[in-house]
Amino acid sequence: MDSAFWDTYLGITIVLIAESLLVILPVLLAVAYVIYFDRKIWAAMQLRRGPNVVGPWGLLQSFADGLKLVFKETVVPAGASKGVFFIAPIIMFALAMMGWAVIPFGEMAGFQLVASDINVGILYLFAVSSLGVYGIIMSGWASNSRYPFLGGLRSAAQMVSYEVSIGFVLITVLLCVGSLNLTDVVEAQRTVWFALPLFPMFVIFFISALAETNRPPFDLPEAEAELVAGYQVEYSSMTFAMFWLGEYANILLMCAMTTLLFFGGWLPPFQFVPVVGDIMAMVPGPIWFIAKILFFFFIFAWVKASVPRYRYDQLMRLGWKVFLPLSLAAVIVVAGVLVGFDLLPDKA
Amino acid sequence: MIIQTIMFYAFAAVTIASAFMVISSRNPVHSVLFLILCFFNAAGLFVLIGAEFLAMIMVIVYVGAVAVLFLFVVMMLDINFVELRQGFLQYLPIGGVVGLVLLIELVAILGVWTVGPEAMTPYAEPNTTLGAATNTEALGALIYTKYVYAFQAAGMILLVAMIGAIVLTHRSRPGVKKQNIGDQVARDPATTIEVRKVPPGQGI
Repeated sequence: MDSAFWDTYLGITIVLIAESLLVILPVLLAVAYVIYFDRKIWAAMQLRRGPNVVGPWGLLQSFADGLKLVFKETVVPAGASKGVFFIAPIIMFALAMMGWAVIPFGEMAGFQLVASDINVGILYLFAVSSLGVYGIIMSGWASNSRYPFLGGLRSAAQMVSYEVSIGFVLITVLLCVGSLNLTDVVEAQRTVWFALPLFPMFVIFFISALAETNRPPFDLPEAEAELVAGYQVEYSSMTFAMFWLGEYANILLMCAMTTLLFFGGWLPPFQFVPVVGDIMAMVPGPIWFIAKILFFFFIFAWVKASVPRYRYDQLMRLGWKVFLPLSLAAVIVVAGVLVGFDLLPDKA
Repeated sequence: MIIQTIMFYAFAAVTIASAFMVISSRNPVHSVLFLILCFFNAAGLFVLIGAEFLAMIMVIVYVGAVAVLFLFVVMMLDINFVELRQGFLQYLPIGGVVGLVLLIELVAILGVWTVGPEAMTPYAEPNTTLGAATNTEALGALIYTKYVYAFQAAGMILLVAMIGAIVLTHRSRPGVKKQNIGDQVARDPATTIEVRKVPPGQGI
């Protein structure tokens, strides 16, 4: 490989495009199967079979659904604000893909498997996930219809509320790491995964992640019992498919974030047990990372199947009156403990 | 370097164009959306000068929180657009004066900067000791040491503003039913229901 070529603009462009495709294509494929996985888990909890017709064990169901959506007609409501109406699903989808740029998938043969190893990785992820609300709020407004509008308003209030506690939880993790780089965050968990010392923070983060991705029990923006399908009511065909893909890609992103922040990313478990730890370490890091993401996705599906939907005022109460004070107190306690017992990560 | 230059002009052009659209678009919701685009491109400019921490904070605070609330309020406004447009020109003189003052100030500052660079050194001395640190660390090391009092004062001002806003809006309104979770959880059958024996044909 001629190294001079890869330093030219053409070479850099090719590398960038290849890296992006290497991240986006697996994510999209994963989203297709994660939707299948979600439906299967949901079905199993309700003693049904779930999708089992298209392909062996129904494995091709997501692709059949996607194909069906492509061939449908895109209907634009008469009073819609056309530009915003079409930009909204694009924003939703693009933002869901953007976050994956900084996710480190692991280490293989001395290579860091990450598209962009930036200094402010956590802030970037937080920023991208906080922008996700725009897809919903814009679609709700642009549809010029009652139910989508209510869905959009609910989503805006909900996501802003839960972002606050997510932010504080991130600060507690950052205090223990001493860096905003996601690779450093994972490396800092070599001795102990942060889920152990920061268990309450993990619980708050996970529940806030449910609220942030509009998953049940916090799926008020699309509550089908009251709002039909909320912000998605007026969308059909590919525009709907983009919301769908974006939503699941966001859920996977949140699972990845939980894994990176609290469950040691690509690090193998049971490292403190002599023999078992060595066996676990033989499995490559990326596989551990994906396994952990899928485990958290399973919990997402589990929650969806077993918990009834919150009432809106209860949702707000949980966000502002329970999580916000708890996480704020946790920032002070964690900082106090780290300073008091001289446990602060020392940076040169 | 050429890529940076191209990106700078792209970001700058979009920033100015969207800032213009903020004041010129007919629909206030579109204005807010252009404002968001403007913030976003400003964040891009921050990244280009190597201030990635500020860029992210810009996106998180302005785009992710402040603008969402803007949009939230503007979306719910019931505005008569025609009426809104009518008085547009009568504010032009005052707007022009404000713009002119800002322009003169900018020219004064930038002019000093280019004419006599040594005049700026006592105010904006680059911190050479932190050259190798990431800008998050550099910023933290400055804010929490040299400028800690200014930082604390800013924090206090924001706190007072927040308490003030809460005090102004949190008045007690009579006749509003509020839910008390504690009371609800503490209810038990002994105090809330009464079992009565109803004799047939008589009622209670």
